[in-house]
Amino acid sequence: MSESGSTTTGTGRVKTGLAEMLKGGVIMDVVNAEQAKIAEDAGAVAVMALERVPADIRASGGVARMADPTIVEQVVAAVSIPVMAKCRIGHFVEAQVLQSLGVDYIDESEVLTPVDEEHHVNKWDFAVPFVCGCRNLGEALRRIAEGAAMVRTKGEPGTGNVVEAVRHIRTVHDEIAWLKGLRPEQLFTAAKDLQAPYDLVKWIAENGKLPVVNFSAGGIATPADAALMMQLGCDGVFVGSGIFKSGDPSKRAKAIVEATTHFEDAEIIARVSRNLGEAMVGINISDIPDAERMQERGW
Amino acid sequence: MTLEALGVSGVAVRLPEQMNDLSGLIIPGGESTAIGKLMRTYGFYDAIRQQHGAGMAVWGTCAGAILMAREVLDALPDQEELGLMDLAVRRNAYGRQVDSFEADVEVRGVEGGPFTGVFIRAPWIESVGDGVDVLASHDGHIVAAQEGDLMATTFHPELTGDPRVHRYFLDSVIGA
Repeated sequence: MSESGSTTTGTGRVKTGLAEMLKGGVIMDVVNAEQAKIAEDAGAVAVMALERVPADIRASGGVARMADPTIVEQVVAAVSIPVMAKCRIGHFVEAQVLQSLGVDYIDESEVLTPVDEEHHVNKWDFAVPFVCGCRNLGEALRRIAEGAAMVRTKGEPGTGNVVEAVRHIRTVHDEIAWLKGLRPEQLFTAAKDLQAPYDLVKWIAENGKLPVVNFSAGGIATPADAALMMQLGCDGVFVGSGIFKSGDPSKRAKAIVEATTHFEDAEIIARVSRNLGEAMVGINISDIPDAERMQERGW
Repeated sequence: MTLEALGVSGVAVRLPEQMNDLSGLIIPGGESTAIGKLMRTYGFYDAIRQQHGAGMAVWGTCAGAILMAREVLDALPDQEELGLMDLAVRRNAYGRQVDSFEADVEVRGVEGGPFTGVFIRAPWIESVGDGVDVLASHDGHIVAAQEGDLMATTFHPELTGDPRVHRYFLDSVIGA
């Protein structure tokens, strides 16, 4: 936080507040200014600037890092909606660089190769807000304790297969429901079992929801996928490879935006799902070797 | 949530016909470009103008304030305004997210001391027409204004848990 005169920047409310403004919307992965414009024109509430989409990262292997600052700057210059960018898990210098480039949100992301296998970035050190991935409630609360102002269930990025995204949102919600049913003395043990701070566990038990916005990510490829995640109770969706790895990105992007807004209206979802061209080719999770599952990254 | 605490029932409006029996409409924060595109696709522009003509009050916060304005400075080329209120609004006036801030603002007609304004990638109101009352200013820029049964705020009262600006909308904007 910094104060000048009567105004204070970088407060928790300002950081979580931006995520609140993105609720009900779609955040799209883009790798250049042209894709960013297509996303903005389609009604994306934000874009994620990166060097390669997860499907390409998966295909090419090797170490995946923060994008070239030139790409981030070009995307920032191209659109007026918020721009997010990814740093590697634990790489606080990449995070410092992204903050200096003027991005609006940093995603400390398992899609990139982690640099620290014990620690995430201390996100309280930054004025820019962070979003982090989670597969369960304990992981979400550990990230929030480190200063994340938004979380996203991970799914399995770059697969076009939404099965892991479904598993993760159900797990988070089941664990929230479980905490709500516990007696006060049980919450201490629950905190130990979840490996999460007691204060946050107690807050969840009392309020029955996460203290920050939770989007769904990892495998969403169709309008119906996006609406499914919304009906399962997430606040919005990230679509990575699903748009620009498909036959008609602009049309598919618009369709996913409409399906996310009207997620309970099957007639609208049917209408926007017509003639979208080819969806990205999906991957079955069982075909991915354990070591290549991005969701396992994060501690 | 704030509305329910004040004893008013709210509905989430996703289609124009859902506005038929409303006394007031709140156009929320978010991205004005994204909201504007969906509004156009689903025919909201004419429907909101019509419903307002038939007596529905409208309050726009942040992106909502941008959409209500007669003129938007730094707009995208194809951005359409509702043009309900005689305001000129500047988008992302304070800069990017790291420049988002909280500040106490005195809001005219809102009793009980200053209100905590949460400004997120906020616009400001650069100028207002003759029929518009300025309700609040911060650092030399207008951040809240009213024109009869229309109100615009560039900050987010819904993020504070403080219901006073919502109360003001119910008491002094609806039916004005």
